[in-house]
Parts: sequence; C-alpha cells; structure tokens
Amino acid sequence: MSQYVLKRVGLALLTLVLLSLIIFFAGQVLPGNAGRAILGPFASQQSVVALDHKLGVDRPLVVQYWSWVSGIVRGNLGTSYQFQSPVSSFLFPALGRSLKLAAFAFVIVVPTSILGGVVAALNRGRVVDRVISTTSLSLSTVPEFVSGVALIVVFAIGLKVLPVTANAPPGSPLLTQVRYLILPAVPLVFILFGYIARMARAGTIEALDSDYVRTAMLKGLPRWLVIRRHVLRNSLLPTITVIATQTGYLIGGLVVVEALFTYPGIGSLILTAAKDKDFPMLEAGVLFIGIVYLTATLIADILYTVLNPRIRLGKAE
Amino acid sequence: MTAGDDPRGPLAGAPGISLDAALPPGEPAVFETFLADPGGAAGALEVSMGRIRREQVRRLVGSKTFLVGSVIVLWWVVCAIFGTLFVPYSATTPDILSTNLAPSAAHWFGTNNVGEDVFSRVIVGARDILEIAPLATLLGTVLGTTIGLAQGYLRGAVDMIVGRIVDAALALPIVIVAFIFVVAIGPSTLTLIVVIGFVFALIIARTVRTAVLQERELDYLAAARLRDESVPHVMFVEILPNVLGPILVEFTVRLGYAIFTIATLSFLGFGLQLPTPDWGADVATNYGYLSAGYWWETLFPALAIASLVIAINLIGDSIEAVLIQ
Repeated sequence: MSQYVLKRVGLALLTLVLLSLIIFFAGQVLPGNAGRAILGPFASQQSVVALDHKLGVDRPLVVQYWSWVSGIVRGNLGTSYQFQSPVSSFLFPALGRSLKLAAFAFVIVVPTSILGGVVAALNRGRVVDRVISTTSLSLSTVPEFVSGVALIVVFAIGLKVLPVTANAPPGSPLLTQVRYLILPAVPLVFILFGYIARMARAGTIEALDSDYVRTAMLKGLPRWLVIRRHVLRNSLLPTITVIATQTGYLIGGLVVVEALFTYPGIGSLILTAAKDKDFPMLEAGVLFIGIVYLTATLIADILYTVLNPRIRLGKAE
Repeated sequence: MTAGDDPRGPLAGAPGISLDAALPPGEPAVFETFLADPGGAAGALEVSMGRIRREQVRRLVGSKTFLVGSVIVLWWVVCAIFGTLFVPYSATTPDILSTNLAPSAAHWFGTNNVGEDVFSRVIVGARDILEIAPLATLLGTVLGTTIGLAQGYLRGAVDMIVGRIVDAALALPIVIVAFIFVVAIGPSTLTLIVVIGFVFALIIARTVRTAVLQERELDYLAAARLRDESVPHVMFVEILPNVLGPILVEFTVRLGYAIFTIATLSFLGFGLQLPTPDWGADVATNYGYLSAGYWWETLFPALAIASLVIAINLIGDSIEAVLIQ
C-alpha cells in the first residue's frame, strides 16, 4: 500500500518535471527573442540586446531552465515583465479566487451529476435515460463561452435576475458573492456534468448487471436497499477518479469563463500575460494549473486505492 | 436464448437470412449466437465479417441521432462551400446607416455594431472552422495512430518514454496547451492545425495503445511474428485494420473537440486574424454590447458553434453505439 503511494508520488513528480520542460520550451525557446517580442519590430537592436541581458534570456538554455526551476522550488516564481514585481504576488491571490469559483461549480455539479447518472442507469433504455444521456452529452461538448453567452442573454439581459459580471462589490455578504458566481459557474457545470454523469451511469449499470446484485434481488431484499447497499457502493468508485481528474479541466476551463465574466482568477491572469507577452507570469500560471491537476489526480489515485477493498487488501495489485 | 426471444423483435433476425448461405452447414450453435447478438459475440466469425460491417452501417443510417447530426453538419458544410453565393448581404461590408438593428424581415439575425448583416456572417463563418478542424483532426489521427501502434506493439522503453510525455502534456487542458503554443509561435492557419493536431495525437495515441494491447495477445499476431513479418507490416497491415473501430470513434469525438478548441481560441483572441467572419471572434467582439441589449450579435454565432459541435458529437455517439456494443 505505502509502496503503491510512493510509486504514484514518484510518477507525479516525474510528470511534473516533464511538464515544466514542455512549458519552458513553449515559453522560452519558441518565442525566439524575448527582448524583440516585448519591444516590437521597430526597437533598435541595441535596446533589444540590453533588455535580453537584463532579463537573463541571453544565457544558455540549460542555465535559464535551471534558474527558473530552482527558483520555483525555493518559492521564487520570477519577476513579471509587465509589472516589474514578483509573479507570486499576482499568482496566488488569483489562484485563490479561481479555486473559489471552481469549488462553487463543484458543489453544484457533483451531487447533481451523480444523481443524473444513477437515475439514467436505473431507467436504462427508457425515455428518461435517453433524455439525460443526450442532454448531458450535448451540454458537455458546447464551449463554455457559448453556453455562457446564452446564459447571460437569458438570465442577465432578458430576465434580469442575475448580474452580468462575476465580481461582487467588495465587502458584500457571502450570499451576494454566491449570487455573482452562479452564472460563471454554470458553464463549467455543464461541461463536467456530462463526464461525471456518464461515468456514474456506466458504473451503476455494471453493478446492476453483476451477480451479487442479482443475488440480493432474488433473496427478496427491497429494491432501494439493494441499490443503496449493493449498487451505489460499487458503482461510485470509478466516478471518484473522474471527478478528481476533472478538477484539472475545471481550472483550465476557467480561462474562458473568467474572460467572459471578467473575473480576476488565474485564467484571466495567464490570458493577460499571454497578450502582454509576459512569459514569466504565463509560465508560472500554466505550471500551477498543471500542479493543481497532478495533485488532484494523485489524490484520486490514492483515494481510489483506499476506498477499494480489492486493491487495499492487495489482491488486485 | 433463441432467436424468437430476441427483444429487438423479428427485424433482428433479418441479417441471419442472408447469412444462411455463407455459413457452412451443420453449425447451428454459432448461427444462434449470431442471431442473438449480431454485433458482439459474432466478431469471432471471420466468415461473416463483411456482412456484419454492412449490418452496422445499416443500423447507423437508421439511427435518429445519426440522421439529425448528419443533417446539421451537412447544412454547415453547404454553408461553408456555397455560403457566399446565397447570403442576402455581403458578410464583410459595413453599413453605418443600419448599425445594431434588431432581427427583422430584412435582417433575420439583425445587424452588428458596424452594420454588417449577422445572418450572412453566421452562414459564411462556417468556412474557416470547417477547413481547419478536419485537417487538424486528421493530422492528429494519423500521427496518434502511428504513435499508439508503436507504443502498444513495441512496448518497452518506447512505450514508457512516450507514455510519460503524453501524461505530462495531458496534465494541462487542451485549450491551454494550444494557447501557449499559439502565443509562442504566433497565430496562423498552419500553427492552429499543427498545434491542435499534435495535442490530439497524444490523446489518440493513448486510445490506440489500449486497443493494440488487447490485440497483442491474439493468435494472428503470433502467426505474423512466426512468419517473421517486419514491424511496420505487423503494425499497419495486421493490427491497424482490427483497431479501426476505436480510431473512427476517436476521430469523430476529436473533430468535435477541434471545433470546440478553435472556437475557444478565436474567442480568446488567439484564433485566425482573417478578414473573413469567424463565429468565435464574432462572439468576442460583440459580447461587450450584450449589456446594451444587442443580444443578437452574440447569440447567433454562439448558437452556430453549439449546433455544429452538438451535431458532430451526436454522430460520434451513434457510431460508438453501433461499433461498441
């Protein structure tokens, strides 16, 4: 068990190192000359060279990568080109706000999608199932900004019941803050609902078809008891993994939602950084999105092992 | 279970009638299996493979989801190719005397803030996305299939190294990967196709690898190895035809995501910077006017994107339902 956990942690760390290499490659190597990119095509060669030296991008790539990574390990995320101050002073507050929005979306989506999936499975092949499956599939494929726009048109412009932006006035009570977060959260919920519901449905159907459920039914247990004790306990296990891996998506999907609703989270941060060619900010932001995802997947892996007696007792390994 | 018990009714027995002649006499047991389960267990029957494929196509065409999806996609393809010929107005000619007009008989979808006809822009806007998305998906499928075949068949170090890279790249949402590379290289049609194609290749490689691992232990591969066939021959001639099903499903699903990604990048301002209308970009330029009440400028391009991705996914879903029983 502890050996398994150690192996997972090791793999996650290895993945993180590779991820940092990919981001470094995209952020430092591909744009070519950082000084030229910032100053534009009409700046003099002299000022470009001077800026390159100041930014440290004229050093060998290996040195640059090492100083970037070792800085991050020590908590130094670098200095923003645009604001001339530490990246961390922007990144962490933004990440916190994004996590707040993501957590809110999660609180809505997890219970509803599991319920949806289980209800669909219990009515397999009937109209209810087809409606739930098709609707959730369709909703999960529509880009967030598309559903976001439709929601704004209906609820903010048409019915005028919810605000257009995501920013509650500072110092407003919790309930008002939540009201401002509803519209931005719903497009995220739409995307996630399809995945989680599909998984919950598949898991439930598999459990329903199993021999132990048939035995439970045949020995005369009431249907609800069989569903609660025999079906759900087994069917929701894979769903946990899907929920955790979707956290990573959620953080990424925020880029679009935050842009649409002008919410100052990590998505807006990397978007602005990209437009300003503020590479230290962009790289750190993207790396942290990756870290959040990898942590979530790791927790999911471990949780799955802890919750699944078959693996816990060492039979499946 | 006998044929009469089949819940799908008498129609389910229909392909069996034509199959009668193809099967050698004296094999009632296998025949029964096929009748009861035309898609699944009968996969073991090499004799009837061609017929099952035809049966699958017939079931696909008969499915309502598939038809609805196809009609919508076909409509947008027609718009993409012939749109400029039948739109009521030029999609790119501003008219300062008729800006921000609400939908009416003259302008079905209204006009935008420079007076362009929104309906015409929506129709013509199908072109770029329907050009880039299939190309990117095709690149991703070809590349991903090759990587996945190599990973699954060769295993060992290749599998490990590629697998780690795939994991790392997939630790980021596709939109963000595409976005950092587009920012770094600069947006162009080629950049979009290559970047999206590469990211999709990683995802498709994963699916293909899994499918190949299941094939790996089967006898026909052992036979090919004994015949001392070359690695490319085994990969592309022996294995590939047997994993085409999942690849086809993956292609349709990815096509939907390609449109999702391209539209999203356009919306974020990292799509194509072309003078031609673009749905995602139109949403981005006009959504600032939403609070002024000009909802039609944003809503109609958004609905166009929604209809296209949903349609493609309906098609993908029905293909999956038919292929994987």
